[in-house]
Amino acid sequence: MKQGLFTIAENTPLTASVARLRLRGDTSGVTAPGQFVNIEIPSLYLRRPFSVCDWDAGNLTVLYETVGKGTEKLFTLPLGTELDLLTGLGNGFDLRCAGPTPLLVGGGTGLSPLYGLAKRLLEQGAEPRVILGFRSRDDMFALRSFHALGLYPSVTTEDGSFGIRGLVTEAMDLPHSYLYACGPEAMLRAVAGRSAAGAQFSFDVRMGCGFGACMGCTKQTVNGPRRVCKDGPVFRKEEILWDD
Amino acid sequence: MGRLSVTLCGIELDNPIIPASGCFGYGHEFAAYYNIDRLGTFSFKGTTREPRFGNPAPRIAEAPGGMLNAIGLQNPGVDAVIAEELPKLRAVFHKPVIANVSGFSVEEYAEVCEKLDKQEQVGWLEVNISCPNVHGGGMSFGTDPAAAAEVTRAVKAVTTKPVLVKLSPNVTDIVSIALACEEAGADGLSLINTVLGLRLDLKTRRPLLANVTGGLSGPALFPLALRMVWQVSQAVRIPVVGLGGVSTAEDVIEMLLAGASAVQIGAANLHDPFACPKILDELPGIMDRCGIENLRDIIGGAHG
Repeated sequence: MKQGLFTIAENTPLTASVARLRLRGDTSGVTAPGQFVNIEIPSLYLRRPFSVCDWDAGNLTVLYETVGKGTEKLFTLPLGTELDLLTGLGNGFDLRCAGPTPLLVGGGTGLSPLYGLAKRLLEQGAEPRVILGFRSRDDMFALRSFHALGLYPSVTTEDGSFGIRGLVTEAMDLPHSYLYACGPEAMLRAVAGRSAAGAQFSFDVRMGCGFGACMGCTKQTVNGPRRVCKDGPVFRKEEILWDD
Repeated sequence: MGRLSVTLCGIELDNPIIPASGCFGYGHEFAAYYNIDRLGTFSFKGTTREPRFGNPAPRIAEAPGGMLNAIGLQNPGVDAVIAEELPKLRAVFHKPVIANVSGFSVEEYAEVCEKLDKQEQVGWLEVNISCPNVHGGGMSFGTDPAAAAEVTRAVKAVTTKPVLVKLSPNVTDIVSIALACEEAGADGLSLINTVLGLRLDLKTRRPLLANVTGGLSGPALFPLALRMVWQVSQAVRIPVVGLGGVSTAEDVIEMLLAGASAVQIGAANLHDPFACPKILDELPGIMDRCGIENLRDIIGGAHG
């Protein structure tokens, strides 16, 4: 974990409710795709956690949906605003398990860390396959970013307005060596049930501190209570106890 | 003795800065971020006899100038703390630590305190009779003078180390609880724990926290905590550890002036993991500006 000041270099809407935030600063704290940053948002006490979508030496990108006070405030912040960040939080995805043809499944803004993961899987010579799920055609984003990597995701929309009608599980017939997924917990559970391969899932939960001190985001697992922020947010399939 | 040093129940602290229980785990997490030997000491996560998972999620909510939590005393149980957490701590912290203990019966408090009292690393026991987030224990002992005294007596009977009793602000007269604990043999008092609060979700029209209520902490609490430290420290002869919303070096000095012998920092560590070292860095300059030579000289100074 590192603390540092970042400057907003881009804060652009991608859909009616999703925006891309690019922050300039020292990204040396980020070590793996699937890690997150905890952003201090002016006038709020608790920081807000966001998965890192991608990063290079001087920039990191976050895709976020405006869902409450924190993200709504974030959306109003102009370019040049300085933000206090904790970076390099959480474990991130383990790329060593990927094999030759890993499958990446993302729902909504859950696709964000999968972009950074796909990029690094390509670097290590894997051929990732990608499935992205959205509510409808108007909610789609980030497809062109994947195209720029040479990846052409299968797209599902709940209302059938684009791609395959239904949930991401409708597109999961692709053979794969391993599975990585990020999205709402109900989606993760459904995805887990549709694959016999080894898998890692990234969980999106309400957090307090984001670095393992407050026990605000504890999740029961096969191995006992685990902090999503510190022991996760990525958990292996065999560790997970799905809520009934 | 340095300019920042203070004494708590006969044990000298290099400085009065003490991360509060529940905001610092068992210490070793923070040791990865900075040298925790810089702290006066810290109070470890509230420990019970049995392992506890705690409350269902959500456990955390935003509040103006602070936060609500309803963790529910998640901890691995006293035996695991002794077998696993304290040995890990030994590698990164070389000062006596405050062992924070919670319970659901007088016997449980006594049993857990007796075990922790025997640990060489433990300098003080802090008996938490003020957790608002568990049912049938915790705060119910801290809102009645007779029950508070009973817990204090039971712990004192089986321990040798200084016992701090951590008080709840969710009472009509905190001074009467403080006096009952002093009378029962407490060596010191820590105050305050969180204030019971509530947030509702406008979308669902239901409580935001799964536990319904939660404890309010953070800067919003500071004037309330300061007022209670002011009242209690005048009424008792034993030392008072002040906590509740302390976030800056100036807050620390206010707490000492109000009568605290040392100061705990809680929610500030969650907002900024480097809050305590930043306060330590800022203290000497602010002391110079305020004409304070030694912190120990200003304790209770505001009482005139």
